[in-house]
Amino acid sequence: MKRNDRILLGHGAGGRLSHELVTGTILPAFDNPYLATLSDSAVLDALPPGRPALTTDGFVVDPPVFPGGDLGYLSVCGTVNDLSVAGAKPLWLTLALILEEGLERELLDTFVQGAARAAREAGVLLVAGDTKVVPRGKGDRAYAVTTGLGVVPPGREVSDRKLRPGDVVIASGTLGDHGATILASRHDLSAADLGSDCAPLASLVATLFAAGIDVHSMHDPTRGGVATTCYESAVRSGVRMVLEEELLPVRGDVRAVCDLLGLEPLYLASEGRALVWVAPEDEARALAALRSHPLGRGATRIGTVLERTDGRSPLLLRTTLGIERPLDMLSGLDLPRIC
Amino acid sequence: MSELQPAVAPRAVKALVQRIERDAARLERGVAFMEVCGTHTHAIARAGIRRMLPPNVRLISGPGCPVCVTPIDYMDRAVALARRADTIVATFGDLVRVPSSSSSLERESAAGHDVRIVYSPRDTLRIARENPDKHVVFLAVGFETTLPGIAAMLEEAELAQLANVRILAGAKLIEPPLRALIADGEIAVDGFLLPGHVSVILGADFYAFLEQELAVPGVIAGFAPADILLGVSRLVELALEGSARVENLYPRAVSQRGNPVARELLARWFEPEDSRWRGLGEIPLSGLRLRERFAHRDANRLEMQLDPTREPRGCRCGDMLKGKIEPHQCPLFDRACTPLNPVGACMVSGEGTCAAWYRHERLEVAR
Amino acid sequence: MCLAIPMKLVERREFVGTAEIEGVQREIGLALCPEAEIGGFVLVHAGFAIGCIDEEAARETLAALAQIAEEGLS
Repeated sequence: MKRNDRILLGHGAGGRLSHELVTGTILPAFDNPYLATLSDSAVLDALPPGRPALTTDGFVVDPPVFPGGDLGYLSVCGTVNDLSVAGAKPLWLTLALILEEGLERELLDTFVQGAARAAREAGVLLVAGDTKVVPRGKGDRAYAVTTGLGVVPPGREVSDRKLRPGDVVIASGTLGDHGATILASRHDLSAADLGSDCAPLASLVATLFAAGIDVHSMHDPTRGGVATTCYESAVRSGVRMVLEEELLPVRGDVRAVCDLLGLEPLYLASEGRALVWVAPEDEARALAALRSHPLGRGATRIGTVLERTDGRSPLLLRTTLGIERPLDMLSGLDLPRIC
Repeated sequence: MSELQPAVAPRAVKALVQRIERDAARLERGVAFMEVCGTHTHAIARAGIRRMLPPNVRLISGPGCPVCVTPIDYMDRAVALARRADTIVATFGDLVRVPSSSSSLERESAAGHDVRIVYSPRDTLRIARENPDKHVVFLAVGFETTLPGIAAMLEEAELAQLANVRILAGAKLIEPPLRALIADGEIAVDGFLLPGHVSVILGADFYAFLEQELAVPGVIAGFAPADILLGVSRLVELALEGSARVENLYPRAVSQRGNPVARELLARWFEPEDSRWRGLGEIPLSGLRLRERFAHRDANRLEMQLDPTREPRGCRCGDMLKGKIEPHQCPLFDRACTPLNPVGACMVSGEGTCAAWYRHERLEVAR
Repeated sequence: MCLAIPMKLVERREFVGTAEIEGVQREIGLALCPEAEIGGFVLVHAGFAIGCIDEEAARETLAALAQIAEEGLS
């Protein structure tokens, strides 16, 4: 065993070991002038015109490295995507890592490289960070917390308030790939072609706005999946939505993972997909714009916004048999079941 | 390949619904068919099949979900085992939220006890190898479909000399409750939609007693909407004929004689015992316990500090499991009892009648 | 009462095998289904093959349903 192959408590103590970790592992990955000063705060430039958007997110994932991503990559994508679907251009990010004593240095390197790669892809700068180490057994290898600051350009509004009956719901690609990938890893299922969809959506969303599309609302269907995201959005905006089972883009292997574990793809997380609501007359242009981008090749309409009907479910699924059934939010954990 | 092609399915479903409507119009009185398989219950709710049927053809849900019929004192024992410092409880995900008298496995896990959710009983062996100093107890609930796999897992444990593997037997058999429901006479069942995957083990011949002794027809059906409607259509035809035949409409999976290898393994490890069912009470010889010579695999032999058993108040799971009421007729449904906060087991299990209704039909039925 | 799905057996080593559906593979127990053959379909429940799929019967059911569909629309 090499001498420096594991994280020690001392790496979080703020002394020489901490300094070695920051300058040896972290700084080289995120080379930028704001971070390089290692000051108490990153002092940034004036924001471009528009309204600032700020978001934060914590990340725990088991396994921490999975086909298509890792904890670090995911933690940057998640925050970038929360800004992007709010219509903001993501600019600056912070990253805090909570590491468990004994974590393999190699894993940490993977997380740091993953976060750096996601930041590059998203065109954001990671300008501040922190690392803490907790005693062995007091954490699960590593947790990541990212905070992101962006700007919504003047005149742009993306909000559930803008949803109108008749609007169409577009998914930017196949649904549930990330959730199915994680579940497959946890339950010893192997699927050669299956990987997480995890990706930063900043440039895909920019393409949509560059095409002049009036995006009414936008969300990323992460935890709880498409069903939960649409349900919440319908409730917030006081409308009803219907999803068409026939149109839902779900990969065969994702469906198979669900069938094996007794779960529904509509409740699985995606980490690199956007749901986009536009007026019906904008559907074709929105689809064309999305499909022109590598992350939006699989974009397709999945449903429609309807008038609210009191006392009935805010979200419906129209099945391939033509029956409409209500879809609920995910309750608790979606546990694999045998019966 | 065995699944029905999506292209055919919607047209077949439409044609079957028309066929059922046509035949049902000739029925002199309304009929009620009972499904006794939770996966059927779930599939029926998910596809909205009740709403496709004419009003004089009713589908009622029987005691087909192993989680739903598991009595609360079983969960008390599972919780007591989880609380032992030297014990790991391995379970299907279905059981972790089922309330015990004072807790649930989910809560025990949160309190720091070791509860592992597994996909297969075989996963128990891996956990046992990784934790040689702990007892690893698998919660053996299920019907004849699930139990042979648990017996096979125990067989592997014997061969591999994994002394720390045990099970908590809570297994149920399908025949006794069918007999009890008919003998009870409280509800009129005009036919059974028989459980497709239990029948893979038991075989179609097993159900001869329905025709010969109980004079109730039955069809063994698969799980795609078209499979289920084909079964219902055939049950309507049998009702018109006044026939009590049992037919196998799922021959791609179910043979006449079933799976004798699985049944032998089951008989080697288990023997019938009188067993309590939630809602139905005690039914003679309706459960399975480990044979005496396998006592070293029985988790009941481990010391347990049991909480006093307390049945939930106002819960009508029992009437539901007998097909007497529908979920929305229970005073707790969608009020005190929801999937997030289940009172009765029928709400906990994904295939429980109440959970299936809550998820798929709650807001579409009048209360 | 039990979820089970048909999977193709792609590999077997005595009482353990690998089954596949849509590119997703899982190790399964074959103790209950010793007659299962590589290339054939087995019904998998909770990590065990509990029976073999009769492909001929599957085709017949499909054909019967296709016929019902035809008649229904005529």
